[in-house]
Amino acid sequence: MSYEPKLVGFLCNWCSYTGADLAGTSRIQYPPNIRIIRVMCSARIDPSFVLQSLGKGADGVLICGCHPGDCHYSEGNYKAMRRYPLLKRLLDAYGIEPERVRLAWVSASVGQRFADVVADMTERLRALGPCRVKTALQTDQIER
Amino acid sequence: MSRTIKIDPITRLEGHGKIDIHLDDRGAVEDCFFQIPELRGFERFVVGRPIEELPRIVTRICGVCPASHHMASAKAVDGCFGGEVPPVAHKLREMYYQAHFIHSHIAHFYALAAPDFVCGPDADPAVRNILGVVAKVGLGIGGQVIKARALAQDMQRIIGGRSTHPVWCLPGGVSKGLSKAELAEIKPMVAELSKFTDFSLKLFKDVVLGNPAYVELILKGPYTLDVHNMGLVDTNNAPNFYDGQVRVVDFQGKEVCKYEAADYQKYVAEHVESWTYLKFPYLKQRGWKGFREGVDTSIYCATPLARLNVADRMATPRAQAAFEEMFRTLGGHPCKALLANHWARLVEMVQNAETLERFCADPEITSDKYRVVPERITGEGIGIVEAMRGTLTHHYSCDDKGICTSANLIVGTTNNNAPIQMVTKKVAQSLIKPGKEPDQGILNMVEMAFRAFDPCYSCATHSLPGQMPMEIQIWQGGEVRRRFAR
Amino acid sequence: MATKKLQVALYWGAACGGCDVAVLDTNEFILTVAEVADIRLWPIAADGKYKDIEALADGELDLSLYNGAVRNSENEHIAKLLRKKSKLLVAFGSCAHMGGIPGLANLVSKEDIFATAYMANASIEPGNKVVPRPTTQINGHTLEIPTFYRRVYRLSDVVDVDYFVPGCPPEPSQIKNVLLAVVKGELPPKKSVVGASERTLCDDCTRKKTEKKVKRFYRPWEIIQDSERCLLEQGIVCMGPATRSGCGVRCPNSNQGCRGCYGPGPGVVDHGAKFLSALSSIIDSKDPKEIDAILGTLPDFVSIAYRFGLPASILQRRHGA
Repeated sequence: MSYEPKLVGFLCNWCSYTGADLAGTSRIQYPPNIRIIRVMCSARIDPSFVLQSLGKGADGVLICGCHPGDCHYSEGNYKAMRRYPLLKRLLDAYGIEPERVRLAWVSASVGQRFADVVADMTERLRALGPCRVKTALQTDQIER
Repeated sequence: MSRTIKIDPITRLEGHGKIDIHLDDRGAVEDCFFQIPELRGFERFVVGRPIEELPRIVTRICGVCPASHHMASAKAVDGCFGGEVPPVAHKLREMYYQAHFIHSHIAHFYALAAPDFVCGPDADPAVRNILGVVAKVGLGIGGQVIKARALAQDMQRIIGGRSTHPVWCLPGGVSKGLSKAELAEIKPMVAELSKFTDFSLKLFKDVVLGNPAYVELILKGPYTLDVHNMGLVDTNNAPNFYDGQVRVVDFQGKEVCKYEAADYQKYVAEHVESWTYLKFPYLKQRGWKGFREGVDTSIYCATPLARLNVADRMATPRAQAAFEEMFRTLGGHPCKALLANHWARLVEMVQNAETLERFCADPEITSDKYRVVPERITGEGIGIVEAMRGTLTHHYSCDDKGICTSANLIVGTTNNNAPIQMVTKKVAQSLIKPGKEPDQGILNMVEMAFRAFDPCYSCATHSLPGQMPMEIQIWQGGEVRRRFAR
Repeated sequence: MATKKLQVALYWGAACGGCDVAVLDTNEFILTVAEVADIRLWPIAADGKYKDIEALADGELDLSLYNGAVRNSENEHIAKLLRKKSKLLVAFGSCAHMGGIPGLANLVSKEDIFATAYMANASIEPGNKVVPRPTTQINGHTLEIPTFYRRVYRLSDVVDVDYFVPGCPPEPSQIKNVLLAVVKGELPPKKSVVGASERTLCDDCTRKKTEKKVKRFYRPWEIIQDSERCLLEQGIVCMGPATRSGCGVRCPNSNQGCRGCYGPGPGVVDHGAKFLSALSSIIDSKDPKEIDAILGTLPDFVSIAYRFGLPASILQRRHGA
C-alpha cells in the first residue's frame, strides 16, 4: 500500500473554515488527504494539539487562521503567530521536520487559496515521507 | 562444585552495585567481581545545552554530593567565560562547600558506616542501619546527629538558596549573596557544628578505637592496599576541597606528581572491562598494569584517607591536632589501612568547621559584589574540586554562543573503582574459607570493604567522557575499505 | 492492641540519591516513621537485598516509594517486582514521575552514548576495543550486567502506578505530608499527584508581578536581575506559570528561574507545550521577523521546557537522526 499523507487541518471558524467551504461550493478540487477540525480561532490551537496529532499518526498539521489584522477576536491570530516559530524549533529539536507543520492565513473570500495551501502541503508531506512518531512510540512499548 | 555467591544489591552506599564471588570446587574464593550496573549518559546529553545550564543539570548526577558537581561545573563554566569571577563569589562558594562536606560526611559516617561498628558487622540486617544505631546510642545522641546534619543542610539553604541540587553558581559568580542577617543566623549554627565535629571524633574513639577487635580489624585486617593516593592541596600541601593542585603520593609517601587542573589529561587515563559499566582510572604515565598493588601499581585511591595521605598538614589548627593524633595512632603517615577512611572523614569535618568559622569572621563575606556580567566567552574550562568521595573533574567546551560542545567528567568514586575491586576480592578471599558457608555477617564484612570509600555510583556512572576524535571504519571482505575521521 | 507495622520499601532506578536524601531531610520525622513502619528495602540506608523482597508474599508490602527513571533492565525488573509485592506503588520524585533529568538522554541515542563513552574519549586507555556487555564469560562463570535500554522511560510506562509525588527532589515537608496521609489512610483518588499544590508557582511566588511583555530574552548571566520583580517580566526564562507549586518556590528564591521539576499543573497533557504557550504569550511583537529574532535570544528551548519531563511528553524522545 503506497503512502498517502494524513494531514490534520485546524481551521478557524470565521475565515479559514469559511474559505474551505467556499472552495467546496465553488467546486475547487483539493486533495482529500486533509482531515479538517473546526475551531473558533487559531489561538485555540494549543501546541499540544499539534504534538498529539503527530503522535497519533498524522504526517503533518496545518493551522489556518485569519490574516493578521482580520481576526474575528481581534488578536487571536497574533497569539498563534507567536507560538508557531517556537513550535517549529521544538519539532526540530525532536528530530521531526519542521515543514510538517504550517501556519497559513486563509481569508473567507478566497477558496482557491485554501485549495492551494492544502495541495502544497500534501505534496510537501508526500516528499517528506511518513512521520514515524506513532509507530516508533508503539515499538518503544514493546522493544526496549 | 564451583558456584557463585551474589551480593545484590550492595547496600548502605549511594548508587547501584553488586558483588559476584566465585568459589572453586573446594569452596575457596577463586575470583571476585565488583560490578556497577548503572549508567545514564550525562556527558553526552549535556552537549547542545546552554553552558550556564550545566551546573544546574550535573547536580543530578548525585543527590548526596550535588554541590560537588555544582562547584566543579561552575569552575569549568568560569573558564568558558574567561574566568571573570569576583573573589567574594569564590569565598561564598567555598563557604557553602564546607557545609556540604559536613552534611555528607555526617550522613555517611552515622547512617552508612556506623551501623557496622555500633550494631556490629554481623548484627541482624533488619537492625543494622541508622535506626539500629539510634536504638543503641539513644535518642539523645540520635537526635543530635539528625540535628547536626539538618544544620549543615540549612546552612547551605541560607547561603546558596538550596541544599540538594543548588541552582546558585552561574557565569560571573553566584546568584545570591549572604546578607548580614543571614550571617547572624549562621554563626551559632557553625558553633554548634564545631562542637559536633569534636563530639564525632570522641564517639569514634570510644566506639571504634575503644574496641580492640575493631582496632585489630583496622590495623591488621585485609582492608589494606599498597596503591597511590590522590587529593587536592593548597600551596602548603594542606587539603583544600574547593581549589588547588592535584597531588599524587605513593604508598610510601613519595610524591609521584603534582599538577594543575588544566593538565589532568596527561596524568589520568581509563581502562574498560566488559563486565561493568564503570571504567577504571589509572595513572596514565605508568600504563594499565591490571588490578595489582605494590611498587608496580598504576592504581590510586582518591578518598578522605588518600587526601590526608597526600597532605603534609591540615589547613586549620584543631584539624591539624586531629590529623597528628590519627596518624600517630595508625602508626605512621601515609597509612594504607582503608577502614581508617572513617576516621579521616571526621578529621576533615573539623577542618570544614574551622574553615566555616574563618569565613564567618571575614568582613567581605556579606559583600554585594558576588556577581559580574561576564564580557566574553572563551570556550573552554576545567574545574577540579574534591568531592567528599574523591577528586572530581569537569572539563567543558562551548561554542561562541555559549552552547556546550563537549563535556568530560572524571568523578570521585570512579577514581576508586580499581581499588574497590581489589580490596573487595582481598577481603572475600580472607574471610571466606572452604568448609564454612559464609553467613550474612561475613558477606557484610565483604561489603565493609567498599563502604570505607563512601562510594557514590550515581556519580561514578554519570556516563562517559565526551566528544573526542572518532574514526569510523567500513569493513568489507575482511578489509577496511573506507575510513572517516573527525 | 498492637497494630501491625506498615511494611515499606524505598527503591531507586536510574537515580541520583537526592530523593533518598530528601527523605532523610525530614529529620526527626524519620524516627516517627520507624515507629509505625518496617523498612524492608532501602539500599542507601538499610541492608535488605533483592532476595528478601522476592521472598515476600504478593501485596505484603503496604507501600513502595520508587524514585529514579527506568533506564535499564534492572530498573524495570525491580519495578515489576515491587509492583507485585506492594499494595501501593508511588512514583517518587521527578525521574519516576516524568523521566527526570536522565530523560534528557532521550535526545541522543544509545549508540551515541556508548560510542562517545567507551571508544572515542581521549582519556580511554590507548587501543581499547572493549565495551560493557550484558554477559561476560570468565573461567566458566557468567558475569551479568543489566541491558542499557535505547531510551528512558517513566515508572508508569512499565508498571501501574498508584500515586505521583513530584519534585527534584520532593520538598521534605511535602514528603512528611504524604507519609502521614498514607499512615492515616487519607489519600485522594488513585493516580493523583500528591505532595504538591493544585496551582502553579506564580501563585506562591512573592516577586512583584505587573505586566509581562518582552522584546527579548536574557540568559541568566546576561543581566543582573532585580530580585524583587518577576523574572519573566525581566526577560529571564522561568517555567513558573506552567509548573505545579509545592516546592516552596526554591529556585526563584535563589534568584534563578524555575525549570519545571514539579511538573505540569492538573489536566495538562504536555508540560513543555503548555510552557511554550505561556512563553510565547509574553513576546511583545506582531511581526513574524521580529518574533523570530526575539526567539533567537532563547537557545535550546527543548532542554528548558522538558528539563525534567521529556519521557513524559507527547513525543517522548527524539525521532530523527
